[in-house]
Amino acid sequence: MFNNKIYHKIDALSGSVATLRAEGVKYNEIAEIESRAGTSLAQVIKLDGPNVTLQIFAGARGVDTAAKVRFLGETMKVPFSDALLGRAFTGSGVPRDGGPAITENPSPIGQPSVNPAKRIMPNRMVKTNIPMIDLFNSLVISQKLPIFAKAGEPYNDLLARIALQADSDVIVIGGMGLKYDEYLKFRSTLDKSGALAKTVMFVHTAADPTVECKLVPDVSLAVAEKFALQGKDVLVLLTDMTAFADAMKEIAITMEQIPSNRGYPGDLYSQLAARYEKAVDFDGAGSITILAVTTMPGDDVTHPVPDNTGYITEGQFYLRNGRIEPFGSLSRLKQQVNKGVDKFVEVDGKRVNINKTREDHRTIMDAMIKLYAQYKETIEKQSMGFKMSAWDQKLLKYGAMFEEKMMDLSVNIDLIDALDLGWQILADCFDRTEVGIPSKLSDKFWPKKG
Amino acid sequence: MTAKGKIVAVNGNMITVAFDGAVAQNEVGYAVLGDQRLMAEIVRVRGSRCDMQVFDATTDLMVGDTVEFSGELLAAELGPGMLAQVYDGLQNPLADLAKEAAKISKDAEFFLQRGMYLPGLPRDRKWDFHPTAKPGDRVSAGEALGWVTEGIFDNKTMPGHKIMVPFALRGVYTVKEVAKAGDYTVTEDIATLTDANGKDVKVQMMQRWPVKVPIKCFTERLEPTETLETTVRTIDTFFPVAIGGTYCIPGPFGAGKTVLQQTTARYAKVDIVISAACGERAGEVVETLKEFPEIVDPKTGQSLMKRTIIICNTSSMPVASREASVYTAVTLAEYFRQMGLNVLVLADSTSRWAQAMRELSGRLEEIPGEEAFPAYLESRIAAFYERAGRVKLKDGSTGSVTIGGTVSPAGGNFDEPVTQATLKVVGGFHGLSRARSDARRYPAIDPLDSWSHYNSVIEQPRVEKARSILRKGNEVGQMMKVVGEEGTSLEDFTTYLKAEFLDAVYLQQNAFSDSDATTPVARQQVMFDIVEKALLSGYAFKEKDETRKFFMDLQQTFIDWNDKPFDSDEFKSLKATLEKKIEEASNV
Ligand SMILES: Nc1ncnc2c1ncn2[C@@H]1O[C@H](COP(=O)(O)OP(=O)(O)OP(=O)(O)O)[C@@H](O)[C@H]1O
Ligand SMILES: [Mg+2]
Repeated sequence: MFNNKIYHKIDALSGSVATLRAEGVKYNEIAEIESRAGTSLAQVIKLDGPNVTLQIFAGARGVDTAAKVRFLGETMKVPFSDALLGRAFTGSGVPRDGGPAITENPSPIGQPSVNPAKRIMPNRMVKTNIPMIDLFNSLVISQKLPIFAKAGEPYNDLLARIALQADSDVIVIGGMGLKYDEYLKFRSTLDKSGALAKTVMFVHTAADPTVECKLVPDVSLAVAEKFALQGKDVLVLLTDMTAFADAMKEIAITMEQIPSNRGYPGDLYSQLAARYEKAVDFDGAGSITILAVTTMPGDDVTHPVPDNTGYITEGQFYLRNGRIEPFGSLSRLKQQVNKGVDKFVEVDGKRVNINKTREDHRTIMDAMIKLYAQYKETIEKQSMGFKMSAWDQKLLKYGAMFEEKMMDLSVNIDLIDALDLGWQILADCFDRTEVGIPSKLSDKFWPKKG
Repeated sequence: MTAKGKIVAVNGNMITVAFDGAVAQNEVGYAVLGDQRLMAEIVRVRGSRCDMQVFDATTDLMVGDTVEFSGELLAAELGPGMLAQVYDGLQNPLADLAKEAAKISKDAEFFLQRGMYLPGLPRDRKWDFHPTAKPGDRVSAGEALGWVTEGIFDNKTMPGHKIMVPFALRGVYTVKEVAKAGDYTVTEDIATLTDANGKDVKVQMMQRWPVKVPIKCFTERLEPTETLETTVRTIDTFFPVAIGGTYCIPGPFGAGKTVLQQTTARYAKVDIVISAACGERAGEVVETLKEFPEIVDPKTGQSLMKRTIIICNTSSMPVASREASVYTAVTLAEYFRQMGLNVLVLADSTSRWAQAMRELSGRLEEIPGEEAFPAYLESRIAAFYERAGRVKLKDGSTGSVTIGGTVSPAGGNFDEPVTQATLKVVGGFHGLSRARSDARRYPAIDPLDSWSHYNSVIEQPRVEKARSILRKGNEVGQMMKVVGEEGTSLEDFTTYLKAEFLDAVYLQQNAFSDSDATTPVARQQVMFDIVEKALLSGYAFKEKDETRKFFMDLQQTFIDWNDKPFDSDEFKSLKATLEKKIEEASNV
């Protein structure tokens, strides 16, 4: 049933929301609103008897009660073709780069979730050559993982660095509340490395309407899903998801929904999860890896946005003072790639050992962090002015070496070299019996003196 | 006569329906959308209108669309064919959904299709029915009529899968006729029963039971006194779970709730494990799904998957079926309990279930309680855990349902409605701490804050003694932050090192190490003996550094000991080494 009727009377306007009386309207369908403010798309977000509530993508500012509303009879769609690559659009799909509009293959956004039975266990490591990632919190294809940082940290640089290292077929960038300069920087970084040609960008800048910000993840992920179904490994970069959550909050408040926590709607978790869960390694098609940025208001990880995100994603990289913190940072999929036993599979015609980096990987990973935790305690004691015991002295030496040789983001080494370096640092600072490593491993890997 | 209705409002996954006729609270209805029928459940009735939560996306529904009511409550199908299945929250088998969706298109196969529902029990499969009841027998709900073999229930090492008188039948019946031994599908008649008024009832292997109603075909509830062996040392020794008991695992994100539950699902000594992945990550379910079939269960010698059922309603699946999923899980558990089995239900995470209730309550515009959770949150949580228990069945045997739920408190702060409501009703509390998980001290169960009302595998006074050393050691550790190591007496310092030793070699257990991941009780007891020796000895050291060196060396030997197969020669020889080291260093 296609409803072509045009309506000319809006009964109520508030925030980005308009209410009018209309018939035969479908839940979630799209309408076009033409008013003094221009033309904008809008989505049906509530039906109540004859009353239809619309969310206007460009916001309600300047929309008048006599605006022309035409229901389109279908849900929000995004065009899909290879012509998207190398291009940049707004959250509602309008070209941002002066290029032609793309209309091919309109595909609905926000599709149902993947059947868990059609997922496979992620097992392909993404090598970044950053020891804090590769050694301590390996990134894995199909992982969903945010960078937690306060405003001002170089999170977008880190995002771009990983994106360039990761050898994906397609990159989709979803920018939310992005500064225009940052958008340009992303473009030029990708351009310089030649990756722009395999990238599509959906960018909402801080100056654009709020509702468009809310659309960015759905649009980006719908496109990513299409590419993945063609068998491609797709990397999606979403920055900044806190802006997305804030857009949801703003809309929920204008809808007079009861907030659950600091003004955020009660379904914040489900809403974020619906997006992040698009990360997948399909059984019989490609994959989607999601790397996101979640800025933490007030550097507070218990703020509802990072908190809910942490409960959804498969770990997080905690960026603080330009370094990836060992505490707070986590990759839940690391154990999928560092099992320490051989398991070979065919990937693109090559035999790849998927489970094993090196048999000492897990042990070094845990032992070094445990010792670093003790170092932190020693630092605390030292700052109180206590005498340092012989053991404290060892920890102090260790902590300094660890920070310089492992944590510094300028370090750029292969995982195996990082493992060797780990043993070297331990041997430089401790005796074999002091590091809590089973003898069968230290027999093999403990560096010989001299 | 079932009622019919028309949609008058749509708001998210909630529809309001004007109906003719009679409807019941929690009755299931279907919103008709072209050739699709979207399943929904009545959550509130007011006059001639009812509010329904739809178990699928409501996109494209219109005011005026038809709703057909079923006259039935939301129910699970119970019978042979559930083991090793992976279901969604409404008991749709996920693998079958994929196959069915593949008929639509190649790409459709990957996604959950709206309005597609499939039977929970396979209809075409035949089961070898062996009757045990005879004509003339007097039977009532829950009593056995016969059995079939299914997977581990082979009637050899394990009993067969019992076919029981449907739980919904009230009163006593006389068996009129029982099918002879042979192969039947779950919908074929296998018996005819006659009630007190002479009315005949035909019985099939499959029965339906409303998931939100507890099954109560037992004679009495028994106290949960026996320890459920999880093979996680901290749990079995310090914070035990009882067979038929309840416990919860609250903790901030990434602290290790899911890993702990996965380990338990793998190694716990129970007959059946039902994992409810409720509003969490799909990837975690996939891990279980792909790994369990390859693991051999030492008890049955068969694949671990054969004792497992997964109810998987992950975070991006419809939120209304997430609400239903924990009930589906516990209903299936109660069914197996009726056969005299011990069943473990692991729900991860109950907070997501509570949030599903909150979303629903918000759409109903109910008066919100704390953090916008509905006022009935506490009673719902209590009623859920109340479905656990050890019971005496009509044939004199016992069966049990044990429930362990994770809780995901906002900001990792336990002072929030779901954690608090849960703590009021459970028998064990395994609180995970961020400080421990940051320091990679897994499992991150806080050894000072956690508690359990159940019986340990070690005598209580010995456990208490060890815990008091932990507590004291922790106090010394705190004090050292103020007065420094030099301001601490050697005695206190030794206590501190003892506590650290207990933590490092006993409490900490690496779930990803093949040798360490599981410690059966017999081994725990031997380990505890040695740890206890080290804790209770007095030492003759003069210097702190010397003491530290001793404990580090002891720890190293202990870690190597943990690596050795139980009761092997190496195991015995390292045990002797440990004993000798402790003896030599002690001053008595
Ligand atoms: N017993 C353990 N041994 C070794 N590593 C562990 C253990 N428990 C947890 N971990 C590590 O911590 C990570 C996070 O654990 P897990 O996924 O269980 O957290 P969670 O509490 O369920 O978090 P969330 O609430 O976000 O789901 C794991 O991926 C693993 O790396
Ligand atoms: Mg978890």
